[in-house]
Amino acid sequence: MKNKILNTHMRSTLGYRILSLSVFLLVLGCENDDAQTVARLTTLVWEDNFDVDGAPDPTRWRFDLGDGTAQGIPGWGNDELQYYTDRPENVTVQNGFLLITAKEEDFNGAEFTSARLTTQGLFERAYGRFEARIRVPFGQGYWPAFWLLGNNCDENPWPACGEIDIMENVGDEPTIVFGSVHGPGYSGGDSIGKDYELTDDRFDTGFHVFGIEWSPESINYYVDGDLYQSITPEDIDEETDGEGQWIFDRPFYIILNVAVGGNLPGPPNDETVFPQTMLVDYVRVYEQ
Amino acid sequence: MKNLLYINVRRVLFLSLAITVFYSCERDLSEDAQFATFPANGDIFTDDPVGLTDQFFDSFDPATGANPEGFDRDDEVAFEGSASIRIDVPAPDDPDGGFIGGIFLDRGDGRDLTGFDALTFYARGSTTATIGEVGFGTDFGENKFAVTANNIRLSTDWRKIIIPIPDPSKLVQERGMFFFSAGTQSTNGFGFTFWIDELRFERLGTIGQSRPSILGGNDGRFPTTVGESLTIGQLQQTFNLGSGINQTVIPAPSYFDFKSSDPNVAFVNELGEVTVINTGTTEITASIAGVLAAGRISVESSATAQIISLFSDLFADVPVDNFNGFFENQTTQGGVIDENGNDIIKYTNLNFVSINFFSEENRIDASEMTTLNLQIRVDETVDTGDFIRLELNNFLNGVESGSSFTIPSTELIANEFVDFAIPLSEFQGLTDRSGLGLLFFVTEGTISNISVDNIFFSAE
Repeated sequence: MKNKILNTHMRSTLGYRILSLSVFLLVLGCENDDAQTVARLTTLVWEDNFDVDGAPDPTRWRFDLGDGTAQGIPGWGNDELQYYTDRPENVTVQNGFLLITAKEEDFNGAEFTSARLTTQGLFERAYGRFEARIRVPFGQGYWPAFWLLGNNCDENPWPACGEIDIMENVGDEPTIVFGSVHGPGYSGGDSIGKDYELTDDRFDTGFHVFGIEWSPESINYYVDGDLYQSITPEDIDEETDGEGQWIFDRPFYIILNVAVGGNLPGPPNDETVFPQTMLVDYVRVYEQ
Repeated sequence: MKNLLYINVRRVLFLSLAITVFYSCERDLSEDAQFATFPANGDIFTDDPVGLTDQFFDSFDPATGANPEGFDRDDEVAFEGSASIRIDVPAPDDPDGGFIGGIFLDRGDGRDLTGFDALTFYARGSTTATIGEVGFGTDFGENKFAVTANNIRLSTDWRKIIIPIPDPSKLVQERGMFFFSAGTQSTNGFGFTFWIDELRFERLGTIGQSRPSILGGNDGRFPTTVGESLTIGQLQQTFNLGSGINQTVIPAPSYFDFKSSDPNVAFVNELGEVTVINTGTTEITASIAGVLAAGRISVESSATAQIISLFSDLFADVPVDNFNGFFENQTTQGGVIDENGNDIIKYTNLNFVSINFFSEENRIDASEMTTLNLQIRVDETVDTGDFIRLELNNFLNGVESGSSFTIPSTELIANEFVDFAIPLSEFQGLTDRSGLGLLFFVTEGTISNISVDNIFFSAE
C-alpha cells in the first residue's frame, strides 16, 4: 500500500513535467488546444466527434436494446430500471454532441427509458488511450458511464471476460467519478478502483475529459489533466490476495450509457429531475 | 521557422491591438462613469465579528416578541479557533421574548459579494432542533436582495450549512451579512442553544443546477379587468449542493427578471407587481441569471371579468368556514398544507369531502359568475372507472339544493395538476346560485388521494 502511494506520487511529478512542457508548447503554438498532459499516446486510430446530426453513425455504433431480459440479464445484471431504446428521444446527435436522454415514462413494463451504445463488432481493440469528453446528468438514481467490455463475454461470461470502467458517476454525488476494473475474483462490489473528486467544480455543469491509457503493464486513469490512478497486474494480485488475474490483454469494445436505478445508485426519488441528458462531445482512441 | 516567425509577428500585432483597445476603453470609462468599489471580504465571524457594526447583533423589534438577550459570543465553544456565536432560543413564554432573531450588518457601505456563490457556516445544536429561518441580504432597509432558507436542521455535532446565492452578480454592494430567526416549534416549546462558527461568504464552485420557480412552479390563469394588479408570489430557487443534496432558498423578487410577453396588456416591475392596463392576453414569466423559472401566469384581461376566489395563489380569497368538514360517513383526511412553499389542499383516503362556506356570512352569490376554475392533481395512478364528481350546493330561502358535474378518468392525469374551467351551466340542477355554500369532491373511493389548488369562480 505504501509502495502504491509512492508510485502515484512519482507519476504526479512526471505529469507536472509534461504539463510544463505543454504549456510551453501552447505559448509557442497557439493552435495546440489539446492540453492533455498525462497521456503519452497520440496517434489517433478511432474517433467520433458527433459532427453529423441525427442517429449515431451506424458504422461506429450499435445499440443494446431492452431491459436485459433478452440478453439473459434482466435489469442488466444490476436491477437497473430503464428500458434501452434507439428512439431519437433517447439517443440522438445534435450540434456536435451525442445526447443520451433518460426519461420517466411507462414503456414495455419499465418506468424509465434511456440508451446504451456500443462499438461491439465495429471497433474492438486491446491497449491504447481511450478518452471521451462528457457532461453527466444529476440527481439520485442516475448512473452514467463510459466503459469497456471484453469482446468474448458471450463465450466467457462476465466477469471472466473483463470490464474496464473509465468513468462512472452516481447522480447524487455530482463532484465524484470513479474508475475501476472488474475481472474474475474482483467484480461488482469487489472491483478494484478509485474515486476522483472535484473540490471546486461539478461533473454535471460542464464538460470534463475522462480517459485511460492501457498497456500490458498498467491501466492509468485520468480526469482532465489529472492522473489519479494506475492499476497494474501486481495491484490485482495484491488486492485479491493472489486470487485474481490480469485479464486485460484481449480486445475490448466501448460502451456509453445512462442507467437509471440499480444496485449501485439506488432508485430515483421524488426530487430526481427527468428527463435529463448525458452529453458526449467526442470519443477518441489513440495508440503509440 | 518561417512559419513560427509569422505567428509571432501576428501575436505581436494582436497584442498591440489589444493594448490599444484596452487603453481607449479605459479612457472612455473613466470619463463617463465612476465605479465605486466595495470591499470583497467574505468573512463575517471567525473568532470575532469581521467588519460588522459595533452592535454586532441587531435584534428584531422586541415589540414583536423578539428576545434580544439570548445572543452572545462563546469563548468556550468553537468549531475552529477560540470562539463561536452562541444563541439561546427562548421558550415561547419567556418574559424577554418568545423567539430570537435579527441581522448582522456590514459596518461600512456594504460589500462586493459578486465573487462568492454561497453563505456558509458551521452550526451545532444542544439538541437536534431546526433553525426556522437563516439567510442574508436583510438590512432592515429595503431588504432588496434578501435570501432565506427555512428549517435548517441542527445536529449535536458541528455541521456545515450552505445557503446558495441566487445570483451573485446582483450583490455589488450588500450590507445584510446574516439573518436568522429561531423559535421552539421543533422542540415542543423547550428552549435550546445553538452555536455558529466560521460564518462567511465563499466561492465553493460545487453548487449547481439552479432551478427557480414562481407560483410554486405551477401555471396560473389570471382572468382580470383593466386597472387590477397582482404580486407574483411563492418565489423559490432550488440548487444542488456538492453533497448531492438539494437546498431551496426564497430569493427576494429583485433577483428575478420578470417579463410580460405583451407589456401593452400588463406590465411587471422588478418587485413582481403586475399591473393590467389594457384588454387582451399576456404571459408573465420570470428568470434568475438567465434560467427560466418554472411557473407562469397567463393574464386574460377583458372588460367584464369578475372573480370570486375560494383558494388561489393569485387572487384575494373570500373567507370560508373550512376546507374539510369531517362529515359523518366521511373517510377523507387532509386540508390545506404547505407543499414546497406552495399552499395547496391535499386530501387523502377520499370518499367525499367538501369546502364549506355555508355559514350565512360566508355564502357566495355567484349569480354573475359563469365558470368554476380549479386545478386537480391525482396523487396516485389514474385507472379506468375513476372519477371526481364536483357538487355545488346552493341555499335559497333556507332550502339546500345540490348540483353536480363529473370529471371522468380520461380528463385526469396522475401526479400532475390539470386545469379545469367548467361552465356553471354544466352543473346539473344548478338553477339558482345566489347562495352557494358547499363545494364537494366525491370519488366514492375510486380515487383516494387528490390535491386541489386555485379554486375560483369567474365571469369572463
